[in-house]
Amino acid sequence: MALFVIGIVGVLTRRNAIIIFMCIELMLNAVNLLLVAFSKMNNLANAANNPSAGSDGQLFVFFIMVVAAAEVAVGLSIIVMLYRNTHSVDVNFLNRLKH
Amino acid sequence: MGISEILFWILAALTLFSAVMVISSKNPVFSVLWLIFTFFTISAHYILLNAQFLAIVNIIVYAGAIMVLFLFVLMLMNLGKESEPKKNRWLKLAGAVAGGSLLLVMVAALRHTENQMTELVTGDIGLIKNLGKVLFTEFVVPFEISSILFLSAMVGAVVLGKRDKPVENLITPAVAADEVAVVSIENRDV
Repeated sequence: MALFVIGIVGVLTRRNAIIIFMCIELMLNAVNLLLVAFSKMNNLANAANNPSAGSDGQLFVFFIMVVAAAEVAVGLSIIVMLYRNTHSVDVNFLNRLKH
Repeated sequence: MGISEILFWILAALTLFSAVMVISSKNPVFSVLWLIFTFFTISAHYILLNAQFLAIVNIIVYAGAIMVLFLFVLMLMNLGKESEPKKNRWLKLAGAVAGGSLLLVMVAALRHTENQMTELVTGDIGLIKNLGKVLFTEFVVPFEISSILFLSAMVGAVVLGKRDKPVENLITPAVAADEVAVVSIENRDV
């Protein structure tokens, strides 16, 4: 949980687009870890008679990792394009998009 | 307090410290290296929860693929310490206060849950044999859909990273926003 908050603080306090991206990865990982831990905690009671109970949580984490990998590929290519166009990774340059 | 519990607290402290170092180091390369360290400690947490498949996948996907991608882009851009944009001190303080109050709310929300610790090293759910059975019976449709998602992400990354010839000539920061619009319009035609 604290890891998730660190990720949010990082997004809020840094202006380098790559650092912000890394903080997003940090948040995703924190959520994954909490998902595994809580699914294990939830299925502690009926784990004795049903051995495959609680594998849903771990499979969801697996799919989150799949989506995160795709997201990183597209996001980093967007950052590369941004850097090529503005020669900076400062996200405040993107203010102009609203005009 | 067993040995695994002591191990858990040490690992948690290491994870939090390295995560703080990720967002506080000035050089982006150090930041990436601390992020790799964080991912390894998170994998150790998975092993502690006996989710060995997820631990291996975490190391392969994050510490292997994604971090290589990050480092590659970072080296490609050749960013140094001097290119780090400065931010207002009050803005940093506001971000820290907002994050701290969010942590307070989440801790307060979870304080009254059942006082029941997760069993650390028990259970065989996380083994590859059991997870694979469930993955290829119940979750086979999402599995195939995720492969299509990967294909579309690959195509999207190639289209975004493609260098457009007319854009190359008029690179100045003043007209950057117009260029982004031009690039998106041209990509739509492709």
